Amino acid sequence: MTRNRIKVRPGDRIFKNLSVGAGVIVVALIGLIGLFLLVQAIPALRANNVNFLTSRIWETSDPTHLQFGILDLLLVTISTSLLALIIAMPISLGIALFLTQYAPRQLARPFSYVIDLLAAVPSIIFGLWGILVLAPRLSGVAEWLNRNLGFIPIFANGNVYPNFSGTIFTAGVVLAVMLFPIITSLSREVFERTPTPQVEGALALGATRWEVIRTTVLPFGKAGYIGASMLGLGRALGETIALAIILFIPRGKNFDYSLFDGGATFASKIAANYSEFNNPTSAGAYIASGLVLFVLTFAVNFAARSIIGDKKGA
Amino acid sequence: MLRQLEDMTVKIMRPIGAVGIVASAALVLAACGSQPGSTNSSTPTSGAATAATGTANVVCGGKTPLSGEGSTAQKTAMDVFAQQYTKACPGQVVNYNATGSGAGVKQFNAKQVDFGGSDSALSGADVDAANARCGGNPAWNLPLVVGPVAIAYKLDGVSSLTLNGEVAAKIFNGQIKTWNDPALTAINPGVNLPSKPIQVFSRSDDSGTTDNFQHYLAASSKGAWTQGTGKAFKGGTGNGAQGSNGVATGIRAADGAIGYVESSYVTNGLTAAKLDSGSGGVELSPANVGKALDAAVFAHPGSNDLAMDLDKIYAANTPGAYPLLLATYEIVCSKGYDADTAKAVKAFLTVSATTAQQPIADKGFVPLPQSLQDKVLTAINAIS
Amino acid sequence: MTSTLSDTEQPALSPAFQQVSVGRKVKNGTATVLVWLSFLLAVVPLVWVLYTVIVNGIKVIPYSNWWTQDFGSVLSDEVGGGVLHAIIGTLEQGLVCAIISVPLGLMVAIYLVEYGRGGGFSKVTTFMVDILSGVPSIVAALFIYALWITTFGLPRSGFAVSLALVLLMIPVVVRSAEEMLRIVPDDLREASYALGVPKWKTITKVVLPTALSGIITGIMMALARVMGETAPLLVLVGYSAYVNWNLFNHEQAALPLLMNNERATNTMDPGTVGFDRIWGAALTLVIIIALINLIATGVSRMVAPKKK
Repeated sequence: MTRNRIKVRPGDRIFKNLSVGAGVIVVALIGLIGLFLLVQAIPALRANNVNFLTSRIWETSDPTHLQFGILDLLLVTISTSLLALIIAMPISLGIALFLTQYAPRQLARPFSYVIDLLAAVPSIIFGLWGILVLAPRLSGVAEWLNRNLGFIPIFANGNVYPNFSGTIFTAGVVLAVMLFPIITSLSREVFERTPTPQVEGALALGATRWEVIRTTVLPFGKAGYIGASMLGLGRALGETIALAIILFIPRGKNFDYSLFDGGATFASKIAANYSEFNNPTSAGAYIASGLVLFVLTFAVNFAARSIIGDKKGA
Repeated sequence: MLRQLEDMTVKIMRPIGAVGIVASAALVLAACGSQPGSTNSSTPTSGAATAATGTANVVCGGKTPLSGEGSTAQKTAMDVFAQQYTKACPGQVVNYNATGSGAGVKQFNAKQVDFGGSDSALSGADVDAANARCGGNPAWNLPLVVGPVAIAYKLDGVSSLTLNGEVAAKIFNGQIKTWNDPALTAINPGVNLPSKPIQVFSRSDDSGTTDNFQHYLAASSKGAWTQGTGKAFKGGTGNGAQGSNGVATGIRAADGAIGYVESSYVTNGLTAAKLDSGSGGVELSPANVGKALDAAVFAHPGSNDLAMDLDKIYAANTPGAYPLLLATYEIVCSKGYDADTAKAVKAFLTVSATTAQQPIADKGFVPLPQSLQDKVLTAINAIS
Repeated sequence: MTSTLSDTEQPALSPAFQQVSVGRKVKNGTATVLVWLSFLLAVVPLVWVLYTVIVNGIKVIPYSNWWTQDFGSVLSDEVGGGVLHAIIGTLEQGLVCAIISVPLGLMVAIYLVEYGRGGGFSKVTTFMVDILSGVPSIVAALFIYALWITTFGLPRSGFAVSLALVLLMIPVVVRSAEEMLRIVPDDLREASYALGVPKWKTITKVVLPTALSGIITGIMMALARVMGETAPLLVLVGYSAYVNWNLFNHEQAALPLLMNNERATNTMDPGTVGFDRIWGAALTLVIIIALINLIATGVSRMVAPKKK
């Protein structure tokens, strides 16, 4: 082993080249995907007869007269994801705290396992559960909210009224359930790493359990928790099949800022219509919307990364 | 109704008596060799219908698995076809991927599958693309599966509802908004229709079922349907849901909902409306659909491309006929397959058009009438 | 996560805690109740999902035909048959995806942690991995379709699905491996260098074994995730009701594809064949994923560095 210490070891060179090569492949891959998306999207964007960013029309069946705008897709995508996040963030925080700070070890271990397992349950299962099992029960809650709080715009009659099952509300709740395991397992990992001296110090000063959490665990894990939530948001934005199954598409009506609206997200729109992709120009319209989703998800992931990364570097 | 069903059966069975025995004997000779007795003697009708053309040529062999893709509406029938094909030609299988008519045409044109399944005949740019895929030879639309489409509804307390083309069109384009609209009560005397709002459901994904349904509305509504046709729903009212299951689930969840689905989805609380083409409400049943099919007219008379002009059926006023039907075509190359594929395609289609037609009747489809079956077999034999 | 000194250096709270006042007790109690409540609130739907899958799926699972037959010989409304064809497809596609993405992802992580260490190209690579992890599965599928099928003219196949899954799996592998490699203490590396061990051997013999248990867990979780993906299957492979071992040709089923296929073409009312099949397949998939997780836990325990 010490024989070729002085020379540049061939093993080292090969190994380094391999690892750099792997990096180059990944970088090239992304370049290719970006290029492909652009190349496919540009002809459609050129042929578009309405404003791509501000129009709410999506009419791509006639390739010679394309009309497509992403505004509605964007609004529905953001509102389902935000609703999911608003529900999932506090609850996931609760589960993560429960599993790391409150639950006895014998309980925490199996539950952590079940929650990790749920993170891997395919979204098609959540979708089916959402529309077949949850929606019929949830629509009662939705109707109650609508009846009593309907004066608030987000609880007003939606564009799929009088239907309350295939709504952004249902979709958001199902998405939130899908996010619980993701946000929880990442936050749990961070909370578990709260330095023991801090916790012990707080306890030594006579802090109650909540005070220990508030003064040590939360400040330490905040960045990780927010980062985990952003990663969850990224997942929610790109969720495809579950939303395609759940959401109803209102005919002739646009998104109107109510939770009881229906609609399509970027991903569910692409998935539901990919069979239409026999014309390259029409397909380009969907790919252009895929590009927007790509940018949106990237921005969220990038933000998550920098929040977590800052913490790491500190 | 039973009477009509008997008529239908007689029509389909007719050739069996004539040349059935000869045909099955021919089949034994021509078929794949291995265990011919087990496949044919047990099903003496297998070659019967073929006999109408005078030849029984299920020549087994060639490519396996054969692949097809397309319409979800004919999936159940395709399962039967595949089963019968394997029965007639042991060792030969068919993969049918039910992803939708649009995908079927696309994958056929992209040479990813050997035949496409589509609820509407090739049209526009797809014709050229299909011809190019077949090496410059025309692609044919062969109707092999005919099934009814139901206008299904859920309305508590109303177990029987009659619609006509005009009223249906006005419901599906939003002009009629409540169940007790005068137009509805007028054609449903004696039915106590509530004042509930009508919730319309349609397919949110592109679908041949939607296309056929809109063609029906356009042809039968006396001008009330001005929204046009196509695989995307154009009515501009109600909600879209994913797939026939999505539509059925949507209707089931709401009292006062209505939508269109293939008849096999009319279960568990859903009811199919009767259709009145001018001679009274007609119930959805294979026999009644069979009656309507007699009015079929071909888009290219004299050609082996058997694309049908269903608008004539939709607009017809045949007493006792249920006009809202859907014909699913298998899209195949007339020429341009390699020898192996051509052999398998012909064998599969022959079985599908003959032996397999009776079994699909049990699944709610309508067996091909004699005249249509003859034309289909002629076309299949002409594939090379 | 090793460098959290700035946090530990700060005092927990400037004024020391006094005796437990009523207000603090109330706050503590409220927090406890809220934490318990949110846990219960989350457990309800999660257990509900699992319960739905198990109760609806259990009907078909116990029969041997479910595990040893395919749907080739049964009609869509006929009881019987099994999902062997879909299990084979899911495992094959997942395995091939792992064979490609694990070495690639691992090497990228090694580059980032051991060689790149904050350099220009490593920043670019991290950035690109971030982008890759943001690629929605349907977009990855469309990309592979354009590359593999439109450009190369190859048929749709299970392998095309594997390629799309690779795109989804690489970033997860890179991220988890990177995380695990980073928490290997530098002391270990330095001790190894001091003994004259070449860097590549230090990495393969010291760093990797130390991090291996965490890396394996990460890989298995990633694998479980991609095996449940539906979108690439819709675009890149045809469904077949027959067993097909050939990853490169002909149609091949997979469990999510089978579920989607049943959903699109069969009725789903309770008691129907379609209903039994779809939930049976869901339960089968969950069982497979649970098994993979169990194996991951077992293997990672086995290879974990021995503690004194």
